[in-house]
Amino acid sequence: MAKTFKKPEALSDAHTHYCPGCTHGVIHRLVAEAIDELGLRDMTVGIAPVGCAVLAYNYFTCDFQEAAHGRAPAMATGIKRVRPDLIVFTYQGDGDLASIGMGEIIHAANRGEKFTAIFVNNAVYGMTGGQMAPTTMPGQRTTTSPAGRDVTATGMPIRMAELLSTLKTPSYIARQAVLRPKYITKAKKAIKKAFQYQMENRCFTFVEVVSTCPTNWGMSPLESVEWAEKTLLPYYPLGEFKTPEQEEQDAA
Amino acid sequence: MGKKILMKGNEAIGEAAIRAGCLNYFAYPITPQSEVAEYLAKRMPEVGGVFVQGESEVAVGYMIFGASGAGARVFTTSSSPGVSLMSEAISYIAGAECPAVFVNIIRGGPGLGGILPSQGDYFQATKGGGHGDYHMLVMAPASVQEAVEMVMLAFPLAEKYRNPVMILGDGLIGQMMEPVEFPDDLRTEPTNKDSWATSGMKSRGSSKRNLVKSLYLDPTQLNDHNLNLKSKYDQMKAEEVRYERYNTDGEYKILIVSFGTMSRVCRTAIDLLKEEGIEVGMIRPQTVFPFPDAPIRDAAVKESCKAVISIEMNMGQMVEDVERCVKGQRPVHWYGKCGGDVPTPEEIMEVIKERL
Repeated sequence: MAKTFKKPEALSDAHTHYCPGCTHGVIHRLVAEAIDELGLRDMTVGIAPVGCAVLAYNYFTCDFQEAAHGRAPAMATGIKRVRPDLIVFTYQGDGDLASIGMGEIIHAANRGEKFTAIFVNNAVYGMTGGQMAPTTMPGQRTTTSPAGRDVTATGMPIRMAELLSTLKTPSYIARQAVLRPKYITKAKKAIKKAFQYQMENRCFTFVEVVSTCPTNWGMSPLESVEWAEKTLLPYYPLGEFKTPEQEEQDAA
Repeated sequence: MGKKILMKGNEAIGEAAIRAGCLNYFAYPITPQSEVAEYLAKRMPEVGGVFVQGESEVAVGYMIFGASGAGARVFTTSSSPGVSLMSEAISYIAGAECPAVFVNIIRGGPGLGGILPSQGDYFQATKGGGHGDYHMLVMAPASVQEAVEMVMLAFPLAEKYRNPVMILGDGLIGQMMEPVEFPDDLRTEPTNKDSWATSGMKSRGSSKRNLVKSLYLDPTQLNDHNLNLKSKYDQMKAEEVRYERYNTDGEYKILIVSFGTMSRVCRTAIDLLKEEGIEVGMIRPQTVFPFPDAPIRDAAVKESCKAVISIEMNMGQMVEDVERCVKGQRPVHWYGKCGGDVPTPEEIMEVIKERL
């Protein structure tokens, strides 16, 4: 019998440490599939964040570096500048990228650093136990916003894809989700595109992925998907915010 | 040796890195060392190198980490407040065992302090700065020529130990102009880093992936990792101690320990005291980590020697290491000033005479 479905070569056999219903595993797989399909595994360096995905390097079979909290874009800059022939990606959560690492991501994007950032937005700090993130929704209960996020004191959630799209230099900025198969197909396409643009030596590429955190949301995996569709997607619209093609069209 | 040219310390440091075979530089401007970045912004493109001005010293520290982790020879320069910001990355780099070179042209502190020469970052450089159990190998030049040689030596040493190396200068070393020569024999080829660097499996012809990290969640593994790091620091103590003696062959009543710019003033004071018939010896640590423990102890316990004075441009930092070396066998005193008011030879002579 012919094998029609298999684990990507870029993924290892390690057992997952992620919670039941967590979507990190799906996103890891999409990144690994893109790397496999483009034949990049032996020339790719991934950068793990601090957060739930701190052990991401256990699941990928390409070279990996592990960053300090929020600093993955600076490390990616260092790698890509001295080795432009390598394919480099960061894999970061919302506390990592949108809070402590805001400076690094904005400036790496604005310099047009030629790496790909995969940004996992699940509206909460996962690893430290469900604290409020810059992406936490108004009224959303977390361990540091027990009465629900009070936007008069903490501001509104930050929309990273839109924020980075105000910059002139980045070439590709998209937001997709992994809540249901119909979203996953599009997320895969966006991630693969980002790597392809990087192969074409285009400036900074960024894919935000709306995901779930059943454990820290205090919901079942199914409830999490429903809550994310109802609450997150209206505020975090899916789609492409910036593409090189659009840029070229606008210029012409 | 090449021909002798007159150069400002900061520019000579930039040129020395290139001559040492380091073509990758990431930095953020800060007085009194911005001339290194200005010099290399022009020079790196000429030699096909990389120059990146980062958005902060925090980011620069991690650019250095990433580039070094990928196997490149890389360095940065900064001054005290900037080095504080880089210290987080330095801890990660030491933990992940990557070679990198940091230059600190010290200015006065704490906080914003001032922009004039100081040696106030001795503790930061030799005792940590960042978190966790780690050390850098730290060399302290006393002239522009020595800064050049130490920068050139720093790269092979960083690679030998897979550890950050720091050049600890002060504002004067960075700002003054002196004649320098760039020794050709200090140029070295980067070592082969295939066994650990994330250089891409294809480019190193390997099917084994490499991982650069400092996370060890298992307590036994973390302890083993720290023991491994400690063995490197012990090896540095055995193999890398560098120091200079001055006027220690004969008898002397006072032993001075002083490093960097301060040691040059002490040297003048020693010469002037000699004319008055007062003999004073000096040990000048060229590496402040590893520290020249045994040479200082031996020089201090010489029969003629009555006391030891640690003279520093700070409020008394290295004196703690000197006390540790002398182990109470002679009185150990401290004299120093900070803020950029460099003690004069006459002041030092007075300080010495008080202890005779």
